[in-house]
Amino acid sequence: MGIRARGDVIATRLHEAIRRNEGVDVPLGSLDITLYRDDLTRIGHAPVIRESMIPFSVDDRIVVLVDDVLFTGRTIRAAMDALVDYGRPRAIRLAVLIDRGHRELPIRADFVGKNVPTAVSDDIRVQLVEAGGADQVELVGAGVPA
Amino acid sequence: MTWQRRHVLATDDWSRDEIEHVLRTTDAMVEVLRRPIRRTPALRGRTVILFFAESSTRTRVSFELAAKALSADVTNITASGSSVEKGETLLDTVRTLTALGGDVIVMRHAASGAPYFVAERTNAAVINAGDGWHAHPTQGLLDAYTLRAALGDLAGKRVVIVGDITHSRVARSDIDTLVPLGATVTLSGPPTLVPSAWRCGMAPRGTAYEPDLERALDGADAVIALRLQKERQHAGLLPSLREYARTWGLTDERVARMRPEAPVLHPGPMNEGVEIAASVAHGARSLIESQVTNGVAVRMALLYLLAGTPDARELSTVDASRTA
Repeated sequence: MGIRARGDVIATRLHEAIRRNEGVDVPLGSLDITLYRDDLTRIGHAPVIRESMIPFSVDDRIVVLVDDVLFTGRTIRAAMDALVDYGRPRAIRLAVLIDRGHRELPIRADFVGKNVPTAVSDDIRVQLVEAGGADQVELVGAGVPA
Repeated sequence: MTWQRRHVLATDDWSRDEIEHVLRTTDAMVEVLRRPIRRTPALRGRTVILFFAESSTRTRVSFELAAKALSADVTNITASGSSVEKGETLLDTVRTLTALGGDVIVMRHAASGAPYFVAERTNAAVINAGDGWHAHPTQGLLDAYTLRAALGDLAGKRVVIVGDITHSRVARSDIDTLVPLGATVTLSGPPTLVPSAWRCGMAPRGTAYEPDLERALDGADAVIALRLQKERQHAGLLPSLREYARTWGLTDERVARMRPEAPVLHPGPMNEGVEIAASVAHGARSLIESQVTNGVAVRMALLYLLAGTPDARELSTVDASRTA
């Protein structure tokens, strides 16, 4: 289950890799967590919402949430809240491309592509071919212009 | 695009981008309403006040369900049974509603323009749920959403609106929403119930008046029947209800003049047997039930978008620190 907007791209790749290597077609969904954010009243304008696409029941399944970067953990908290509104999964696991530390909630990833030590003020930029970039992850220090 | 509006008073000055943004947000809300648990925490800690100074069932319930699906607190105030009955002025009512801490005021009023008066005098976001003959923007948006779900892109599509155009805020808001999306609108109805300027070549941009309903329907892509508003009729505009039904009622034969499967809409409540035959209202072409469902989603989208605007946020610093 990919978290929009970049987690679902990575989830799609994982889905394809599992199909190719294991011959198993794992159900794939994507989750928009905008309505579950805890900072909606702080960010000034209403973020664009996209539809969640969950074409299967999550009841009694092991659901792997997929996101690009794990930082404060608030996105994952929101994603878990969203997910349980769709049913009662047997277990929820978490897979991320980058874990950059600085958690604000008691959340950890089960599968991590790469641990990257960062300062809180650093910026991690994940680019993906599907989103119109090259496949690369940039660590940008504080104060570097975008 | 970034949403900038504080209020939804009418869609007559909206850009196509703004309309599209609401319709896209509505897509996400339709998905929420299909879930087993039809509730999300987006507006937790916010208060939506439904102030209906004119009777309404479906619009009020629709807003109430929309606010609850976003976890807002909802308070209802109707004119009967409130201080309005004791002679409180609109201004004092608004001051009270604002002081009570409403973040969003949804209001319906018999006086055209009343929501503008209120919007200038409150810090809350104001949504017009129908003011006099003027506008009913959420109905226009939900009709556009429903038509688009049925017909796809509305560019080049021709929609007929039939009935009492003069007294219809629904007709005005439908025109304001459908024309920017590329549709053309054919207006049809008794000449006594269509503004005289509109009949004499000065109809709004993208619309035309056709006094013959059957010609209007020939080859049309959709039709919206308006409710004959008996409460707004002055003497002499209509000979009789029966004559109205015979000349302007949507019957199976008339509806069959449109393109195959062209849908039929009605904002409700219906006078079955007057402006629409029961067989049409409940027939295969009818989208009247989807309008009701989509209405909740459109209103969720607007509540969500307004609650995120900077001005509404300033009022809610307490909420922000509590939920963060």
